[in-house]
Amino acid sequence: MVALPYLWLVLFFVVPFVIVLKISFSDVDLAIPPYKPLLEWVGNNSLAIKVNFNNYAFLFTDSLYLHAFANSLKVAFLSTLMCLVIGYPMAYGIARAKPSLRNVLLLLVILPFWTSLLLRVYAWIGLLKANGVINNVLMSLGIIHEPLTMLYTPFAMYVGIVYSYLPFLILPLYANLEKMDWQLLEAAEDLGCRPWQAFYKITLPLSRNGILAGSMLVFIPAVGEFVIPALLGGPNALMIGRVLWDEFFSNRAWPVASAVAILLLILLVPFMMWYQSVQARETAGDR
Amino acid sequence: MPSAAGVVKAQPWNDPSARPYVEVERISKSFGDFKAVNDVSLKIYQKEIFCLLGASGCGKTTLLRMLGGFETPTSGKILIDGEDMTGIPPYERPVNMMFQSYALFPHMNVEQNVAFGLKQDRLPKQEIQERVATMLDLVKMSDFAKRKPHQLSGGQRQRVALARSLVKRPKLLLLDEPLGALDKKLREHTQFELISLQDKLGVTFIVVTHDQEEAMTLASRIGVMNHGEIVQAGTPSEIYEFPSSKFVADFVGSVNMFEGKLIEDEPNYVRIASPELGGTIYVSHGISAPPEAVVWVAVRPEKIFMSTVAPEGSTDNLVRGTVQDIAYLGDLSIYLVKLPTDKVVRVTQPNTSRHAEAISWDQQVYLSWDATSPVVVTR
Repeated sequence: MVALPYLWLVLFFVVPFVIVLKISFSDVDLAIPPYKPLLEWVGNNSLAIKVNFNNYAFLFTDSLYLHAFANSLKVAFLSTLMCLVIGYPMAYGIARAKPSLRNVLLLLVILPFWTSLLLRVYAWIGLLKANGVINNVLMSLGIIHEPLTMLYTPFAMYVGIVYSYLPFLILPLYANLEKMDWQLLEAAEDLGCRPWQAFYKITLPLSRNGILAGSMLVFIPAVGEFVIPALLGGPNALMIGRVLWDEFFSNRAWPVASAVAILLLILLVPFMMWYQSVQARETAGDR
Repeated sequence: MPSAAGVVKAQPWNDPSARPYVEVERISKSFGDFKAVNDVSLKIYQKEIFCLLGASGCGKTTLLRMLGGFETPTSGKILIDGEDMTGIPPYERPVNMMFQSYALFPHMNVEQNVAFGLKQDRLPKQEIQERVATMLDLVKMSDFAKRKPHQLSGGQRQRVALARSLVKRPKLLLLDEPLGALDKKLREHTQFELISLQDKLGVTFIVVTHDQEEAMTLASRIGVMNHGEIVQAGTPSEIYEFPSSKFVADFVGSVNMFEGKLIEDEPNYVRIASPELGGTIYVSHGISAPPEAVVWVAVRPEKIFMSTVAPEGSTDNLVRGTVQDIAYLGDLSIYLVKLPTDKVVRVTQPNTSRHAEAISWDQQVYLSWDATSPVVVTR
């Protein structure tokens, strides 16, 4: 039984990772699959191993890739920040609501998960497009006279990402805030804090682990996000997830796409390790 | 008026010219239909330790929280040092509170916890350091200054909470079950420390407790609460020796209660016939009750004499019974004596001798008490 998680990891993480890693070191080929094997019998009873670093080198020569990486980090960072600004008050509100109301509110947070992400993103297209719901309402109210261009802009992309990932921030933060002893706030007020000072000095530091956990759950997948920028962000939304897709499906450049994937993984490992240590601290209860 | 040490010996509550420090005027608090506190008025004087004593749910904590500003009274008002506290938030009251859960900030060490209130007041760093050090010294926690709350024992946390609430030098400290989380030995020890600390700092304490022993030890005066009302307020000995109602007599200490009827009602004595006791009770002071009224006579277990031979003299205040049970507690023993009327009377006797258990199970004994011992209550 103990081996089961490891088996799972080996089967669904290590093996695919090794395959991708292998492809990232091979040459492009007009074949199926479109790359050359690393190992080859070249006669004379010898096995030739050809490790090609060009795919990685290529990523650093063309500014497109670095640009996409940087842009992805920026988008993920800003999205996380916006999720925090919106999600913290929500998590706080739920944690301080009456217990009977709490479950209803939590259900409302989770409810969107009952439909597929793709459908929800399409729904946003319906809301944001030139003759979509939002523009129609604003025009019929006479607030605007020409439809606003919202779809296929960075704005639409951020809306989509923040909307989709908000629950991932709210839930761990709620779990953290829910454990909070609210009497601490009374104690702080008793010692001379105004309510906002008590929040800043007590609630915020005590919910730090919840903030970090929630932020990582938004940030890490947002860096590699493909669907939302592709559907809402328009052609200029240069995200690494899209670059990877294009390399893989449009250019059939599997080795370069694999190199992008490996680099992305390396980029995210520190964040994941940080998240892990936060989680471990949370479980140990040492705050 | 001399500033009396420790227990206020001057009894300012008996001095009509004394100015109360805390005045609670006809205060009520309702939560929906539930009246947590019902029309309570109180005057508390400087340097008192006033204990609010009552069972859980009697409204004592709600009253304390209103004093601290954490609950808004439904009606009535609170004056502290002559100033109306209505609408004043907790952070602007000259009051500090020690919470039952201690409410220590888990992300700060002992020193930071104690310094919190001073930093909030933006005192100079030097002064904060000095005052925190002095306070930690006073509660004997200097060696633990760098520890986090979760690394401390219950007793140590209690000290830190106390230090944190006292370091701002409040004139009035509210303590919610300050010793409730401590074990019995530590509690007794800490009670006396609390008194000496209060004496040293000259702070007025208002203590909420459900433990009558704790209230007796700490208090200059006790306010006994029931169903949101103060049923009696007085010094511990007044409360114990002169309870004004069945509830107080029963709640504070243990008591034998006999229902009876007044048969002789004179200004300087009364005689009561009690079918429950199977005898008459003579009390050497008059009471104010209508003739033939139903009254209750309370006799404390330690005020009952027990002997194997009938005492000489009158037949009042004397009954015969059989020892049903004996509980040996070391310093004293509790005897449960069954009367012919089936009423069981509780008698305590100090174990003055190390050997010889004079009275044992199923023995016939005579119970008697002085005419000054019983307390007659009419409600």
